[in-house]
Amino acid sequence: MDKIVIPLDAWADSFIPWLATNFRDFFQIIKTPVEWTFDQMNSGMVGLTDGIGWIAIIAIAWRLAGWKVATFTAVSMGLLGGWNPILPHLDVWDATMTTLALIVTSVLISVIIGVPLGIAASKNDKFEFVLRPALDAMQTTPSFVYLIPIVMLIGLGAVGGVFAVVVFAIPPMIRLTNLGIREVDQEVVEAACSFGATPRQVLFDVELPLAMRTIMAGLNQTLMLSLSMVVIASIIGAPGLAQLVLRGIRAMDFGSGAVGGVGLVLLAIVLDRMTQSLGQSDKDPSQTRSLSKAITKLKGLIRIGGANSSSL
Amino acid sequence: MVDVSFDVEPGEIFVVMGLSGSGKSTLIRCINRIHEPTAGTILLDDTDVTRATMSELREIRRNRVSMVFQHFALFPHKSVQENVEYGLRIKEMPNDERSDRAEQALEMVGLGGWGSYRPESLSGGMRQRVGLARALAAGTDVLLMDEAFSALDPLIKRDMQDELLNIHDKLGVTIIFITHDLNEALKLGERTAIMRDGRVEQIGSASQIINSPGSEYIHDFTRDVDRGRVLTLWSVMRPIKRIDNPDCSVDEAMKTINAIDGDCCVIITVDGEPERCISRENLIEAAEAGISNCSEIGIPTHALPMSTVLMEALTVVSEGECLTAVNHRGQLVGHANPTDIISALMQADFPTAAAHS
Repeated sequence: MDKIVIPLDAWADSFIPWLATNFRDFFQIIKTPVEWTFDQMNSGMVGLTDGIGWIAIIAIAWRLAGWKVATFTAVSMGLLGGWNPILPHLDVWDATMTTLALIVTSVLISVIIGVPLGIAASKNDKFEFVLRPALDAMQTTPSFVYLIPIVMLIGLGAVGGVFAVVVFAIPPMIRLTNLGIREVDQEVVEAACSFGATPRQVLFDVELPLAMRTIMAGLNQTLMLSLSMVVIASIIGAPGLAQLVLRGIRAMDFGSGAVGGVGLVLLAIVLDRMTQSLGQSDKDPSQTRSLSKAITKLKGLIRIGGANSSSL
Repeated sequence: MVDVSFDVEPGEIFVVMGLSGSGKSTLIRCINRIHEPTAGTILLDDTDVTRATMSELREIRRNRVSMVFQHFALFPHKSVQENVEYGLRIKEMPNDERSDRAEQALEMVGLGGWGSYRPESLSGGMRQRVGLARALAAGTDVLLMDEAFSALDPLIKRDMQDELLNIHDKLGVTIIFITHDLNEALKLGERTAIMRDGRVEQIGSASQIINSPGSEYIHDFTRDVDRGRVLTLWSVMRPIKRIDNPDCSVDEAMKTINAIDGDCCVIITVDGEPERCISRENLIEAAEAGISNCSEIGIPTHALPMSTVLMEALTVVSEGECLTAVNHRGQLVGHANPTDIISALMQADFPTAAAHS
């Protein structure tokens, strides 16, 4: 008997070009804000005078996570080139800043898209039911498979890289937002309802604040996944430290790979420690005040940001 | 739930009692539609709660009905003050008025000055006081209490019950109280509905439920009840007549007393204040002895609130005194004689158990 083969490969082959031709405008529209965000951050961070970026990151680390993490940040970021020209370093500061801009952009998009989707999933079982396999697919599909469609739809370079990173890194943001809200004590939600709160008031007064620890854990996960994904995204031209790693693979240049790898690891540890502290509170072991703490911390960040830009 | 119908009078404490799974928590949540009832009507005055739109329902929840929860359901991320203010904040009341009201409510439950604490630093009893204050501060006229004291230690539970009765006396709010504890039900409730498997088995006052259980099931329950601590003067008291003249004639007193059937007595009052109590026997003895004036006969009175439990009434009253019951406004409503009290206490099991054996 003849085999009857489903021509999935042929379908996929024709589907992506079809998308690219017919939805060109759509992809241009979603591409523009991403490109703008990344460019602003990248040029802002790379263009800083020696030492300023380094001090800013240390200040943020100190503000968010205390002096221990700040000390570690100072040393590791200095080693990557932050303390130029005072001490010897690995001379990858610009690449580190580009990677940071790429990751911050990706995480920002993941939060903007992921939190609302997570909230929607927590409110609607059918939506969650549909969403869950999609998230599974996003996490398990080998990333090389969707790199090519992304290149065809978005193009090479940083923006394509951001999209590849978001696809891979957004699931924990959605999942943990969903989980966090579902885990909120139902009696407390009922209490808010019983006083006549609207669904919006219940969400912002009760559910989000009480889910904040879990949501912050999701943010941390998303950040870590972004860091691992930038290496793969470098194949389609995502700039930064990962390009050093890619050069290491392509040209059998182990030295370059090692420098890039060390840079990524140090950056990962620094970002992990900083965001872990968002979900917890150091002084208050019951950790019920995480939202107000997180907000205070973020406000502090904005102040530092403002102070920096005005000092430039 | 099937076939559950009852009316609650304004200012009443109505208790719904049942074991777990009897549908009582579902019932109370249907009243403010946190659970959506599938059928039936719930009327709040003339408003049909079951038919209210979402925004009408929110208005009802904001202004008419508030709730106290079994596990307190305080907002752990807000201070005690913010918790108590919550209902008012939802109503968009201005800040200073809001904090005044919250402080009053905290005073009322005995937590004045605790506003800046977090719920987590409070004990269970104090947390439920906050829960109660939160419901009171909302200023609603109906209070739903879902097993509000069930999670508390017995001693604290008793304090909270007394406090609730006090607050109820002061504010006159209507309370619907859910519990699985019959003693609690009979102590708090002016009337109690006993539920089983989603149906109401019996609705009645404490004495009705204890003295004439509506079914085998309820009888089984009431067997263990400590009658002396549950039955109140109200359940045994007899009617009275008053004569506002200490020097009235025996004939006049006799005529007044004969106007009511059964055992009763007249209270001689002076300017509305009870002075002496004269029973029919007193009058007969006086007539035989040839006394025609009431100024010398009768026994002194001892007034107690009609919600006093019998055990307490017996310990407070001394020999040769007549026990009178007054309502919460201090008005005389009846008298109780010791024989009635003793027989109410002794009645445990007796009419129905005899029938069973």
